[in-house]
Amino acid sequence: MAVQDAEQVVEASVGMPQLDFATFPNQIFWLVVSIVVLYFIVAKVALPRIGSVIEDRHNAVANDIEQAAEFKRKAEEAEAAYNAALTEARAQAMQIAGEAKAEIKADVDAAIAKADAEIAAKAAESAVRIDEIRASALKAIEEVAGVAANDIVAAIMPSAADDKALKAAVAARLKG
Amino acid sequence: MSVDKVAEEASSGFNIHPMDQFKVEPLFGDGAIQWYTPTNASLWMGLAVLAAFLLLVVGSRGRAMVPSRSQSVAELTYGFVRKMIEDITGKEGLKYFPHIMTAFLFILFANLLALLPYSFSVTSQIAVTGVLAAIVFISVTVLGFVINGPSFIKLFWVSSAPMALRPVLFLIELISYFVRPVSHSIRLGGNLMAGHAVVKVFAGFAGALGIGAVIPITAIVAVYGLELLVAFIQAYVFTILTVVYLKDALHPAH
Repeated sequence: MAVQDAEQVVEASVGMPQLDFATFPNQIFWLVVSIVVLYFIVAKVALPRIGSVIEDRHNAVANDIEQAAEFKRKAEEAEAAYNAALTEARAQAMQIAGEAKAEIKADVDAAIAKADAEIAAKAAESAVRIDEIRASALKAIEEVAGVAANDIVAAIMPSAADDKALKAAVAARLKG
Repeated sequence: MSVDKVAEEASSGFNIHPMDQFKVEPLFGDGAIQWYTPTNASLWMGLAVLAAFLLLVVGSRGRAMVPSRSQSVAELTYGFVRKMIEDITGKEGLKYFPHIMTAFLFILFANLLALLPYSFSVTSQIAVTGVLAAIVFISVTVLGFVINGPSFIKLFWVSSAPMALRPVLFLIELISYFVRPVSHSIRLGGNLMAGHAVVKVFAGFAGALGIGAVIPITAIVAVYGLELLVAFIQAYVFTILTVVYLKDALHPAH
């Protein structure tokens, strides 16, 4: 700063007001007051609070990650349980189906056997009747043949008529 | 300043008093400045403390799990200073976290508030930076001797150097140790003062140049941006040097 007059010299002595030592005690006093106040704000309120907030957040994040892992593990467990249940159910279903099939087969077999037996019984009955009919038919034939032979013999040579001999001869012929 | 001088300057249209902004003046009245007088210096120191309070305490009052904007900034500042201490001194230094944080916040907010027009730049006062540096120097030196006892002297005894050189190095180290508070304080005060003075000078030019004022005003904008950077950097530098000195006190061996 240029020195122009005597007054300016006085001013110039504080050309750098920073070097005006008269103000030093004042500045130092207020600086110390400010610094002490700020120190208590920082040390007693601000840092503990911010520190705890940051720590809480860290813990919360760690907890959440842990919990997520736990949930994932549970989900995997549930999936395994589900799969096991599914396999078991499938096996059970197969077993039930097999049982049902076997039961039905037994029923069917029984029904078939019964039907077969009935058919066999009916067939046997029929055979008996057929035999009877045949036997009666044969008897009728024999009778007719006897009568016819008798008549024929009586017509050809009446003296030779012999019932007994005729009957035996017809029977022998029919059997033959 | 005399009335005729003011008149003379008003007529010339060219009145640059870049240093007037650094004058400490009483807030009320015109009396002499006693040690207790509330001055513009005490006002802006108080405002710096208030700003730090607003950011750290009011800003974080939500204690939210998901932080609000102001809480984020408070947490960033917290993490920034804490990490700085932890990186340089290790876990032992965290005991002094509140002290370092106080210094950082005070200087940072004093620097930033000083950028407001018509404000008073607390940290451009050598009385302030000098006392801050002296507090750091004295506490670190005392701490060094309390923690390490006489072996704190090893800080100056370069045991890796050849025997013949050690006394010379001892002297150099000792001198550099005592120069620390000087550089520590002048660096901060000088940077702030220079920047603010430059802005004032350009502003004076702007007043005198009429339409040509565009050039100095552009320069002011540029310097102001630079000063914003300086405000942060000088707070950071002061703090990191404090932490480095603290590290010397905690681990004096080379």
